[in-house]
Amino acid sequence: MLQVQSLNISYGPRTIVHNFSLDIQEGEVVSIIGPNGSGKSSILKAISRLIPCESGRVCIADQELNSLSMKQISRIMCMLCQSNTCPSDVTVGELVGYGRIPHKKWYERLSGEDYEIVAWALEQTGMLSYKNRYLVSLSGGEAQRAWIAMALAQRPKILLLDEPTTYLDIAHQLDVLELVRKLNQDLKLTVVMVLHDLNHASAYSDKICVIKDGSLRVFGKPQDVLTMELIRSVYGVETEIQYMPDSSSPRIHVLKKAN
Amino acid sequence: MTQHIPNRKAALLVTACIMLVVAVLLSIGLGSVRLTLAETIETILGHGDAASQTILWDIRIPRVFLALLIGANLAASGALLQAVMQNPLADPGLTGVSSGAAVTVLFIMLVVPDYSYLIPLAAIIGGGVAAGMVYSMAWKKQGGLAPVRIILSGVAVNAVFGGAIGLLSILYSDKLPGALQWMNGSLSGKGMGDVMMMLPYSIVGWVAALLSIRQANILRLGEQVAHNLGQNLHRLRFSLSIIAVYLAAVSVSTVGLVGFIGLVVPHMARMLVGSDYRLSLPFSLVLGSLVLLVADTFGRTAFAPLEIPAGIVMAIVGGPYFLYLMRKGGI
Repeated sequence: MLQVQSLNISYGPRTIVHNFSLDIQEGEVVSIIGPNGSGKSSILKAISRLIPCESGRVCIADQELNSLSMKQISRIMCMLCQSNTCPSDVTVGELVGYGRIPHKKWYERLSGEDYEIVAWALEQTGMLSYKNRYLVSLSGGEAQRAWIAMALAQRPKILLLDEPTTYLDIAHQLDVLELVRKLNQDLKLTVVMVLHDLNHASAYSDKICVIKDGSLRVFGKPQDVLTMELIRSVYGVETEIQYMPDSSSPRIHVLKKAN
Repeated sequence: MTQHIPNRKAALLVTACIMLVVAVLLSIGLGSVRLTLAETIETILGHGDAASQTILWDIRIPRVFLALLIGANLAASGALLQAVMQNPLADPGLTGVSSGAAVTVLFIMLVVPDYSYLIPLAAIIGGGVAAGMVYSMAWKKQGGLAPVRIILSGVAVNAVFGGAIGLLSILYSDKLPGALQWMNGSLSGKGMGDVMMMLPYSIVGWVAALLSIRQANILRLGEQVAHNLGQNLHRLRFSLSIIAVYLAAVSVSTVGLVGFIGLVVPHMARMLVGSDYRLSLPFSLVLGSLVLLVADTFGRTAFAPLEIPAGIVMAIVGGPYFLYLMRKGGI
């Protein structure tokens, strides 16, 4: 569904991502983890073409990204950034309605079908009763759901999320991750997200991609990737890893900084 | 709660239109020959005496109509620039678009007056160069357009073009008196011919502005979201800027520098009907006409027989309003 081949990204003279490749299957949830400044967000931004990449190829749904128009891309793939702002008088319903824009010509108005899709997106995210509320009046977790609803209204096959849980309390963090998992299962949505919390990545991803200093360290299932040695070499932190009987996802306990 | 808001906003739009009609009639009646509202309407309908007929049709009505057109142009230009620059402070005056247009117009007026038919085109080019300068200085690859950099580069661009205007005024001081009224943003001495010249330009600009409402609305959501919705940001910004520059430049080419309308009016519109351009842009058009008409009527009647150009009235009233907005934290 999403293939990245030998991606290189530079800011000015500094190369921040080197020769990064990744192959993501349809319906997978993939988390990208790594220390601050390792280039996680840059990879996501380059995939969504928010920043240019120096070289490399990105294919979505078997089509090369460069051969598609911006509008075509936005019907296949949708990216949600870390924090989004909007004017104080935009309602949740209006915001989600903007998600239909990629499917409209510039002069076309939203049709009955579009409003059905908007209602569907609100329902999927549990935001139907918030339709007429102003976005700024919502809590962080509710606002994040509203933005996800907007993304859903685009009817994408791939959803990119850049640190979707930052700025949220622990309950709302789980809320958002559960929602992502549910959408992935119900809609076969392919999800790629940047996360900081290793346990979140472990519990909510099919595969984990570990980045350090702009290069791919390892990519695979959580139980194969998240080992004490890897976490020590990537983060410089000693951990203890525990397996619960009811789950294949390892649980990571952080102990202390490694010497 | 959301059901009655649109009605209230529609009522505001209708109220503004009614106020505009009343202001037009009052303004036509005011002046050295004062007419009552009834007399004004009678004269417009062709029943007044010959002297009033002449005063109305040759002097006051053209002037009033020109104020309506220019006011709407400048307000729409400001509203679009605010969308493009994602900055509530953007307006044709502060971003240097008006002074860019003014330099090229003044150059033709003073240096090559034979080519005066090129004035609207020259104004558009001058305004476009200024907008391009501000845009390129304020935009960074990382971080996009920062409000502070827009204002700072606007100050710099204004200083450069202000200097050029000063230079032209000194070098061609013998020809300056003819251009002085224009430089201060005056609507006096304009006839029906000026209105008829301005009308098609304005209508084209308004239609273009109204057609870009959705684009302006998308820009409200920020660069990343607009990109994510499949919009080509550069093309989007470029096309909206062209419309804004065009509207400001054709206005400057006829009446000179009238500041603050593009800043104050869209802001008032947002306070009254909200930030959705589907309502705030039409509202800005009506309100812009009203504000410039009131400013010009005040300017020509308050200290009669002396006349104060509308540009000066707007600067005296608009400057403090701008400071008040900043103080209130609305910016």
